[in-house]
Amino acid sequence: MRHILLLLLLIVVLSGNLAHASDPKGTETLNTQPEFPVDYVWVLVCGFLVFFMQAGFAMVEAGFCRSKNTTNLLSKNLIDFVVASLVFFAVGYGFLKGKDIGGFIGSGHWFLLGESYDVGIYLDFFWQLVFCGTAATIVSGAVAERLKFSAYLVYTLFVSLFIYPVYAHWVWGGGWLSRLPFGVGHVDFAGSGVVHAVGGLVGLAGAMVLGPRFGKYGKDGKPRAIPGHNLALAALGTFILWFGWFGFNPGSTFSAHHLRIAMVAVNTNLAAASGALTTLLLIYAKTHKWDLGMTLNGTLGGLVAVTAPCAWIEAWAAVVIGAVAGLLVVGGVEFLESRGIDDPVGAVSVHGINGLWGLLSVGLFADGTYGLYSLEPPYVTGLLYGGGAGQLLAQLVGIGTVAAWGFGLGYVLFKVMDLSFGIRVLPEEELRGLDLYEHGTPAYPEFTTHRMFVGS
Amino acid sequence: MVKLETIVREERVAEVVAALEQCGYPGVTMYPVEGRGSQKGLVEQFRGRKYEIPFLPKIKLEVVIRDEDYERVVEAIIAAARTGEIGDGKIFACPIADVVRIRTGERKEAAL
Repeated sequence: MRHILLLLLLIVVLSGNLAHASDPKGTETLNTQPEFPVDYVWVLVCGFLVFFMQAGFAMVEAGFCRSKNTTNLLSKNLIDFVVASLVFFAVGYGFLKGKDIGGFIGSGHWFLLGESYDVGIYLDFFWQLVFCGTAATIVSGAVAERLKFSAYLVYTLFVSLFIYPVYAHWVWGGGWLSRLPFGVGHVDFAGSGVVHAVGGLVGLAGAMVLGPRFGKYGKDGKPRAIPGHNLALAALGTFILWFGWFGFNPGSTFSAHHLRIAMVAVNTNLAAASGALTTLLLIYAKTHKWDLGMTLNGTLGGLVAVTAPCAWIEAWAAVVIGAVAGLLVVGGVEFLESRGIDDPVGAVSVHGINGLWGLLSVGLFADGTYGLYSLEPPYVTGLLYGGGAGQLLAQLVGIGTVAAWGFGLGYVLFKVMDLSFGIRVLPEEELRGLDLYEHGTPAYPEFTTHRMFVGS
Repeated sequence: MVKLETIVREERVAEVVAALEQCGYPGVTMYPVEGRGSQKGLVEQFRGRKYEIPFLPKIKLEVVIRDEDYERVVEAIIAAARTGEIGDGKIFACPIADVVRIRTGERKEAAL
């Protein structure tokens, strides 16, 4: 711990920007850019909405899992934003938005000191932080009901310190992916890839290293349903996430002066609706039941997929993108289960698979009417709007990169932790619930019995 | 004397208790129970996948009656509990050797 502190201090000193501040009062910024207040308010309010998505994730995960693990899931969803806030402030933001080094990593802004003591930097920091927190919290769903709390603490540290900021630098910090010589370079408007695919794929790695929950597979090897304990919480969480997404996507213009925010909001909503309806009808065709749980997943899948293209497409494309997302959620859940991968809340299908689909869809549907967070050219144009295959190619490179980076580093992280101190709770702890053993606090202390009818 | 252990649907409990009272037996003991009969539980589904609930919630009512009331009470319970669908429940009857009212020390039928 002391070495880490010394190292961080050294970085701060070497960066040599402790000397003077930029515009901590904001008066200079206001004088030179008198139109900025509306943009600041826009970005901050949208950022507050994105923060509230933490509550959405907490409710979805708690609702989709069993009551005996509720305290554990709520604790994990709280602590990942806590750790991300501090780590991202200290170092992560510097890796993302600091001065670019070779297209790979940023350097600067350490501890928001010196030059970074500036209203514009603080605004940008807050915006980037809530996104980092979102990526981190996605993983808790995929590893739910069996990952040690201590392992989650370490995981959160590394994701918000390194895995997320470095990849985000490649796309949003001026790194190599944004400078690809195809199309306008790899683009990801609000983070289908940067936030959701990273979270979903690290989650996939975690679920694979952990193995399935006890009782997920019968003696015949067939997957079984482990029903969640509260669909009311899961539905509330989905509504909160949907609401939060109206900050996540439209706020990513980073300017209220881009009236394009209206298109972004409409596209975001349409993809959610189309993802939900597709999933509902698909499961009805298979089971003749109107399945709420999977429909909630389909809603979120649509939202994830439209996150990358939302500013660059027309409304009809958002409907198509959402519909494909619904198919991918259902197909993804079944495929993963058939491969022995237990993802209790469907996080890998919703965020991982649809994050990649969102990146791809930009290369198809971008219509050339909006630029790189700018009203000026270059505009983003996909295959179907005469942009040729360039943008699609840039998106494919990004897909391969995020898959390798997120899944690869995630796998190494969970594997190293597992070999060094073990990441899975003991079998009896898993059976009785993590709440009792890891936290000492059952979420529903008046329910004293947990019936276990896990047979065959 | 006969003890009737009657397993009924939760939503029929009020009718059965009223019927017993009509027959002159206001005193009854109830237990929430779980079990299954020929319907073998329930199938539910979660996120597209079906699963079985092996036991269904039912209510067990216990009442001890005089031998001569047996047919009348059984008919009354059937009338109150029956829907005609699978899952209406069962009545188990067994002889009772003695009954003691603790407050007064009365025995047998006087204690009912």
